[in-house]
Amino acid sequence: MPKDIDAKESGIGAATKRREDIRFLSGTGNYTDDINVNGQAYVHFLRSDVAHGRISSLETTAAAAMPGVLRIFTGADFEGVGGLPCGWQVTDRFGEVMQEPAHPVLAQGKVRHVGDPIAAVVAETPEQARDAAEAIELEIEELPAVIDMKAALQDGAPKVHDDLTSNLCYDWGFVEENKDAVNKAFDAAAHVTTLELVNNRLIANPMEPRVAVGDFNRATGDSTLYTTSQNPHVIRLLMGAFVLGIPEHKLRVVAPDVGGGFGSKIFHYAEEAFCTFAAKALNRAVKWTSSRSEAFMSDAHGRDHVTKIELALDADNNFTALRTDTLANMGAYLSTFAPSVPTWLHGTLMAGNYKTPLIYVNVKAVFTNTVPVDAYRGAGRPEATYQLERVIDKAARELGVDPIALRRQNFITEFPYATPVAVEYDTGDYVATMDKLEEIADLAGFAARRAESEKAGKLRGLGVNCYIEACGIAPSNLVGQLGARAGLYESATVRVNATGGIVVMTGSHSHGQGHETSFPQVISSMIGIPEDMVEIEHGDTNNAPMGMGTYGSRSLAVGGSAMVRATEKIIAKAKKIAAHLMEAADADIELKDGKFSVAGTDKSVAWGDVTLAAYVPHNYPLEEIEPGLEETAFYDPANFTYPSGAYACEVEVDPDTGKVTIERFAAADDFGNIVNPMIVDGQVHGGIGQGIGQALLEGCVYDENGQLLSASFMDYAMPRADDVPFYQVDHSCQTPCTHNPLGVKGCGEAGAIGSPPAVVNAVVDALQSAGKPVTHIDMPLSPARVWAAMQG
Amino acid sequence: MYEFEFARPTSVAEAVQALGAEEAQALGGGQTLIPTLKQRLAMPSVLVSLTGIAEMTGITTTGDGAVEIGGATCHADVAKGAAAAYPALAALAGQIGDPAVRNRGTIGGSLANNDPAACYPAAALASGATIVTNVREIAADDYFQGMFTTALDEGEIITSVRFPVPQAANYQKFLQPASRFAMVGVFVAKFAEGVRVAVTGASEEGVFRWSEAEAALASSFSPDAIDGLTVAPDGMIGDIHGTRAYRAHLVGVMTKRAVAAAA
Ligand SMILES: Cc1cc2nc3c(=O)[nH]c(=O)nc-3n(C[C@H](O)[C@H](O)[C@H](O)COP(=O)(O)OP(=O)(O)OC[C@H]3O[C@@H](n4cnc5c(N)ncnc54)[C@H](O)[C@@H]3O)c2cc1C
Repeated sequence: MPKDIDAKESGIGAATKRREDIRFLSGTGNYTDDINVNGQAYVHFLRSDVAHGRISSLETTAAAAMPGVLRIFTGADFEGVGGLPCGWQVTDRFGEVMQEPAHPVLAQGKVRHVGDPIAAVVAETPEQARDAAEAIELEIEELPAVIDMKAALQDGAPKVHDDLTSNLCYDWGFVEENKDAVNKAFDAAAHVTTLELVNNRLIANPMEPRVAVGDFNRATGDSTLYTTSQNPHVIRLLMGAFVLGIPEHKLRVVAPDVGGGFGSKIFHYAEEAFCTFAAKALNRAVKWTSSRSEAFMSDAHGRDHVTKIELALDADNNFTALRTDTLANMGAYLSTFAPSVPTWLHGTLMAGNYKTPLIYVNVKAVFTNTVPVDAYRGAGRPEATYQLERVIDKAARELGVDPIALRRQNFITEFPYATPVAVEYDTGDYVATMDKLEEIADLAGFAARRAESEKAGKLRGLGVNCYIEACGIAPSNLVGQLGARAGLYESATVRVNATGGIVVMTGSHSHGQGHETSFPQVISSMIGIPEDMVEIEHGDTNNAPMGMGTYGSRSLAVGGSAMVRATEKIIAKAKKIAAHLMEAADADIELKDGKFSVAGTDKSVAWGDVTLAAYVPHNYPLEEIEPGLEETAFYDPANFTYPSGAYACEVEVDPDTGKVTIERFAAADDFGNIVNPMIVDGQVHGGIGQGIGQALLEGCVYDENGQLLSASFMDYAMPRADDVPFYQVDHSCQTPCTHNPLGVKGCGEAGAIGSPPAVVNAVVDALQSAGKPVTHIDMPLSPARVWAAMQG
Repeated sequence: MYEFEFARPTSVAEAVQALGAEEAQALGGGQTLIPTLKQRLAMPSVLVSLTGIAEMTGITTTGDGAVEIGGATCHADVAKGAAAAYPALAALAGQIGDPAVRNRGTIGGSLANNDPAACYPAAALASGATIVTNVREIAADDYFQGMFTTALDEGEIITSVRFPVPQAANYQKFLQPASRFAMVGVFVAKFAEGVRVAVTGASEEGVFRWSEAEAALASSFSPDAIDGLTVAPDGMIGDIHGTRAYRAHLVGVMTKRAVAAAA
């Protein structure tokens, strides 16, 4: 563990144990599936078992007469109802907006992927609903499916959406004006390295599958949705305004404890809209609990890019230009934020940690007959990092130079730095993180470890890479220009109670990150009261102010900043009250260790005296300030934050079987200031675990007919504890963010972004060390793939 | 699941009677059958649980030195209870699934199911085991008849399995990355009369004996004896986890390793 652990006992910088773990680890959490509304009914969705087809007949009469059935809904019931909206509109390189197909709640005439919901049976019990769903007489005229993106773009390919001109969602160029200059730089290059690669499709598989409970109060006309969401306010807005036409004040969305999301619970899903709609139609609460099998074919998938990347270097090995061509799979419909992932969350990061002056990124987003693809831990940034760090590694090997030296030579060293891909890094120190990495990874000892491995008949490889990411999304005016149909500020209400305890209602949403522990640490440091006097509430749109939720490593940087701003307002007001109580001037009041004192005197009042006065305002400046102590702040960041780091992975490859084992993994990250080093360690550990999962194990595979072959844990390989080593993790390199009050950058996605290229670089190194002419293997690097690559 | 009745007999005779009902099905540890029921891929009228039958559990050593394991004995009990008498078999049981699977799943259920990637079939075939049922005894060589297919008749119960104990034996399992069943598993057993090599996970026909390797190992029980021997990729399983050629290759590698570990 890094040295900073236990450095402080409480407040910012302390490794406070996660208070929420008491309920999570003792089975006393309150997840959506734990919520049961009196008289609730259950829905079972009849889903398409073919990838593409026309519904030629859908007969529900017999099924509707089965025991316990309340009603069977089909697409016809949703004809007047809005479809699922897309929250980001991308404009293509010709100035045209993307093609945006309708996304019905239940299929309207056509099914477009295995798992597409066709009908919904609501019954008294889940079993009765399922029995009746089996009795629905459904005929589908199967149509040829498009699965492969290249095939989908060919002339005459079957169209996923008949009313669109083709399967191309958009053809995006960035920065379009640089295109010619980039091409010229390639013409002039001393060396060009080219790499074609696949960023494999993943399924998030959070431990808790999705659940939705819709409820309707006939007396008030209010609807409530309990759902497994990372952003309940966003769901309220999207579902209320675009799908069901319910104004926000008549719609409450509650996301209680959420058991992991990794992005997949950001989006607004058909099942949420259905349960809310059906509850009103039936005047009964309606519950849906996803089975694991359903999750595989209805949760948004992640990644799925096919990329060609080219790196141009001059005769001194300076990077002179970078050019990429990517096909990005959208799946059958546009999930909530899907169009932003391969564009603004990917193209803007292509500079990485390097001062490459000219960059051009082309992305063609493609519709296929597969489950929609959207943000997954890192969202666009892992795809950017992977291709960039792989092509740099390949270039180093082609040129016969040390991959670390080549990186160092091209590092950005002066900040702020405006990249050629439209973002400005505020701070960073890539030399420092690389130095730190070399130390903690003991790179000096690698040669000896390789010799040991060789003695045991194993090939040992070392892979090193850097990453940069943009977190803390985002300045609202900027993302508005880029096509976001939402603001991306965050909110907090800080409610101080009469006896001094505090409840913070944050628009951020923890689905495992530990907000209930780390947010109080901040307030504890600001006011000087114990952490356990502060409670965090989130997830209920009836309590928290309008917030945008948790993703993109934004909670502390944006949500935490909103909380700081609200707490500053609290402190300012509390000082006024304290000044009144001590008959002093506001400006002379100091707050330290939970005590207000008058500068230069021994006069003081305690935090509790002031909070009590605010609510029992007998001796109180009522003519100047209102009673009470509660403040709300909305924080809209001035820029993204730019965490960065350097990662090293050592693998052993069994030359007989191709099996890769991770022997060592080190991560040197710069997250700016750290609030809770233990939670940061945990976030990095989890992220690296997911990155190793992507690199070695996980792969979502469809056959050519659009049947999902990796449709259960029997065939979709999740990383297990024994697939990962003990990590060396360090975050002592800290260049604080310059534009948020905490100086924090975000750490939630770094591990998943930085680790896949390290693993693949290491395997290529291992194979080349044995003289195998292998320059690339596509993820996941399963034993079979590695072995096949070794056979040449 | 669809609805079913549940019977929990305490003797083989009662179980046989209960299984006489139409669409009745035996339930061992349920580690295969319960997921199948949950997916509504089976619709038995009555499930007859075998794990409450005392005469079907436990491990004994017979007069001729064979190890006899009750058909309803769970993998964890075999891993512990056979460790002294037949260590290679115990080690195999200890590598099946996870602790929950090992404490529920039974040897009888595994052999009755005959999943092409299951471990026990390799041990039974390589050991020349005898599958004892409520009506007869079946030699392992006659018992396995292809993927998910066995010599068992409808309603027939595996009451025990009798394993002759080899002079040396070892099981090498190469994990399928997702399920962690055997992508290729090889059980090598050396007896005074010869060597038996059984391969699971690899073939579309289920567990099989690799006779070329057996012959080579009979003359020299050393890893080198396998050098130059190959199994044909035709008929091997090819799927998203590995091609036919890869599985054929692994058969050789795992056999060598098993011999090295046993010798
Ligand atoms: C997560 C997981 C991992 C696993 N990993 C492995 C692995 O690595 N290797 C491996 O070999 N297996 C593995 N298995 C399978 C496991 O070993 C099962 O226990 C086994 O395949 C079936 O045994 P069971 O007792 O659970 O049988 P059940 O599921 O109860 O029954 C299976 C079938 O056998 C029939 N049956 C049951 N008992 C008898 C009997 N005594 N006589 C006649 N018919 C009977 C049933 O009617 C049914 O048709 C795994 C299972 C799971 C869930």
